[in-house]
Amino acid sequence: MSGNPKKPRTAVSIYLVAVFIVLYAPIVYLAYYSFNSGGAMHSFEGFTLEWYGEVFQDTRLVIILLNTLAIALFSAAISTMIGVAGAIAITHVRSKRFSSALLTLNNVLIVSPDVIIGASFLILFAAMGLNLGFASVLISHIAFSVPIVVLMVLPKLQEMSPTLIYAARDLGATRWDVLTRVVVPYISPGIFAGFFMALTYSLDDFAVTFFVTGNGFSTLSVEIYSRARQGISLTINALSTLIFLVTLVLAVGYYVMNARVTAQGRPARVEAGE
Amino acid sequence: MKKVVQAFIIVFIAAFALIGVASYLNSSNGYSGANTLTVYNWGDYIDPDLIDEFQRQTGIRVVYETFDSNEAMLTKIAHGGTAFDIVIPSDYAINKMKAEGMLIPLDHSKIPNLEHIDLRFLDLPFDEGNIYSVPYFWGTMGIIYNPELVWGKEFSSWDDLWDEELAGQILMVDSAREVVGIGLVSLGYSLNDTDTEHLQEAYRKLCGLTPNVKAIVGDEIKMLLANEEAAVGVVWSGDASIILDENDKLDYVIPPEGSMVWFDNIVIPTTARNVEGAHLFINFMLDPVNAAQNTEYVGYATPNAAALEHLPEEITGDERFYPGPDVTDNLEVLANLGKRMLGYYNELFLEFKMHRKRA
Amino acid sequence: MQYRARNIYLIPYAAWIVLFVVAPIVLIAYYSMFDIDGVLTLDNYRRFFTPVYMGMTARSFWYAFLITLFSLLVAYPTAYLLTKTKHKQLWLLLMIMPSWMNLLLKAYAFIGMFGTYGPVNALLGAVGIGTRQILFTDFSFIFVAVYIFVPFMILPIFNALDELNPSLVAAARDLGASRWDTFRRVVFPLTISGVKSGCRAVFIPTLSLFMITRLIAGNRVITLGTAIEQHFLVTQDWGMGSTIAVFLIIAMGLIMVLTGGGEGGKQHVR
Repeated sequence: MSGNPKKPRTAVSIYLVAVFIVLYAPIVYLAYYSFNSGGAMHSFEGFTLEWYGEVFQDTRLVIILLNTLAIALFSAAISTMIGVAGAIAITHVRSKRFSSALLTLNNVLIVSPDVIIGASFLILFAAMGLNLGFASVLISHIAFSVPIVVLMVLPKLQEMSPTLIYAARDLGATRWDVLTRVVVPYISPGIFAGFFMALTYSLDDFAVTFFVTGNGFSTLSVEIYSRARQGISLTINALSTLIFLVTLVLAVGYYVMNARVTAQGRPARVEAGE
Repeated sequence: MKKVVQAFIIVFIAAFALIGVASYLNSSNGYSGANTLTVYNWGDYIDPDLIDEFQRQTGIRVVYETFDSNEAMLTKIAHGGTAFDIVIPSDYAINKMKAEGMLIPLDHSKIPNLEHIDLRFLDLPFDEGNIYSVPYFWGTMGIIYNPELVWGKEFSSWDDLWDEELAGQILMVDSAREVVGIGLVSLGYSLNDTDTEHLQEAYRKLCGLTPNVKAIVGDEIKMLLANEEAAVGVVWSGDASIILDENDKLDYVIPPEGSMVWFDNIVIPTTARNVEGAHLFINFMLDPVNAAQNTEYVGYATPNAAALEHLPEEITGDERFYPGPDVTDNLEVLANLGKRMLGYYNELFLEFKMHRKRA
Repeated sequence: MQYRARNIYLIPYAAWIVLFVVAPIVLIAYYSMFDIDGVLTLDNYRRFFTPVYMGMTARSFWYAFLITLFSLLVAYPTAYLLTKTKHKQLWLLLMIMPSWMNLLLKAYAFIGMFGTYGPVNALLGAVGIGTRQILFTDFSFIFVAVYIFVPFMILPIFNALDELNPSLVAAARDLGASRWDTFRRVVFPLTISGVKSGCRAVFIPTLSLFMITRLIAGNRVITLGTAIEQHFLVTQDWGMGSTIAVFLIIAMGLIMVLTGGGEGGKQHVR
């Protein structure tokens, strides 16, 4: 065996570092200028924390932020559940044409421009007599996140060998057992992938949220886009940097805690293909 | 499975906690929940201190929402769902709203401060008699340029934009009426021309401009020009004043052949629930001291003549942003051309965008 | 074997499809048949088949293809290297996190970074290449688009690679296959489902991009999304906007069929 296949050459690891640098460049740029006393995203004049102070003084902004995060978490969680159910449903369909059709329908929302989704949801809600606000935004976010969850979960489901299920049933597992102890653990990477993609979709969305929100309820995206006409103040930079740092701390913290609990953070797998 | 369930439980708990804090903050800031005023405005287009002051004075709680474009706002209001008491659209949008019966007439007896508005800015074509609206901020459209980067060139006419030396040096706003309008005005026609022959002529002339156009952009034009990404820009005066604040090397000029004057006005939509409060709000904003405070925060030009006395001379004396009647008489307000004609303008604009040769 | 349980799975998903997919599609198809004055007509469809819109469509597809291709080229090695790291879940998460930052802010950051006097040009100058016009070019447009979509490509490929049985790779190497052969004939085919799902998650949305076409490309690039946005908001010509949307949906359906469709039933990994 020539060389250890597990250790990539250093030159190649540099690639990974480079990707990280590129990915984080805009974040760092935004964070850098959030301390700019000059008030704009160029010509750094002096260091200041005034923008961070403004964040906490602007109660409306803080409320908007909390709303945004709550919506993101709720919609990601619920859409993941629906999406997983949907993906399982699709794999259970016998006819290839029907499952193709289902998948095509699934992807309609991904291909449709946000404007159209927002407008049609607005019409839908108006027809249903639903009051715009938290509920309408939440439902909309769930709605457009489901397809991406399905897309992330489906490949794992399709890879899964049916013999796993047969074996489990043979060994006396109930349908519920099969689901919770065979299928879900197997596809859990897909579930988490779907969850995080749904989170991304929700946090970033502007157009759909804009159309279906009301009664004072707003998300961070809507607020930021609305401020573009006046020039985005560095308060937004400060806020975004704060959010990012908090998320970073949470993510790393959770991971560290988890790593201590389990030796290797993955459930035991039955080897596929016998 | 356990890991998945655990994760989801944490997510739900966190989400509920966030909602809890948000509603606590909401209610601790709120006043008698019944007496509210819902205001729909551009982002960052009002001094937050003024909202606080209004709430203090009247005891009415202001629910504030923002939009980023007139069109989005119109679509939103047209389809209902939220009852706005106050909206601050631009002139052409007010035209549309009027035509579709979306506005209620103002009770002038309740807004005595209206008398402070400069007479030039009352009784405008889009709302004669100010039945439905009062002016909030106003401005013009013109050319902003960096004297250093254009070798001392002076801009005395729209035609100067077509100068070959300016290849790839111009940034334009992403708006059909404005861009096609420049074509029309440079040919001596009106900004509101509906003659398709004239429009085709303007389109052909604009195609000649494409080598000079670096990009057609939106609000980010401010950042781009302040960063000196291009030497010349076609912008609204509000943008120009913001850019000049950040980079005082630049200068703003309105070509004498004519240009556009724009207004953002306050209106009360028919879906309003607190009409009394809405009038109080309008009168409050028209108060000269408040208007001056707002002007200093927002940075645009105020139509409130009395407010000028409360503003520093360096702002009000700046002819570029507070032009006198000799200039404003030559400016046109965008008229509502109807859906078909607007569609035609936009088709031309789309073709103009596609016509541009790419690097 | 009876799978009566599948009916239960189908219910929430089916409800979602009817309410939020079928209903909007019907709405869009309905609107596409009215012109700007509300008259029933198929004129919008005729307008779509004119050079302006056909050109736009071709260009949208071309850019979507390029963006997907480059995303794949960047994402695959990244995902592969990630699976080799010690705390791969953590690094993966760290890689996804920048996508949670607001898009408009990131676009402004790119405007600042790619600007004539920005850090990238400063770097180029220091290295001796000299300043270049980066903004408003095809390059910056595709670069930023790839930046935005790369996480969508990394995740499914990472998952597929992670599942890969390392002994398969070892076996191939033992049998004398070169690194490239091993990749081409063992690793890649086994991860193709991840690649497919990533490609779909990228290609489909890029067809209707319009935010970055303006912010980064300065409208030098016009996609169908630009036209739709304009029709829906500015001209209030929902008819034409809906018509373009109909074609987008049809195009998406075609792509689904061409890239192997729904793959119902079980697929065996061999």
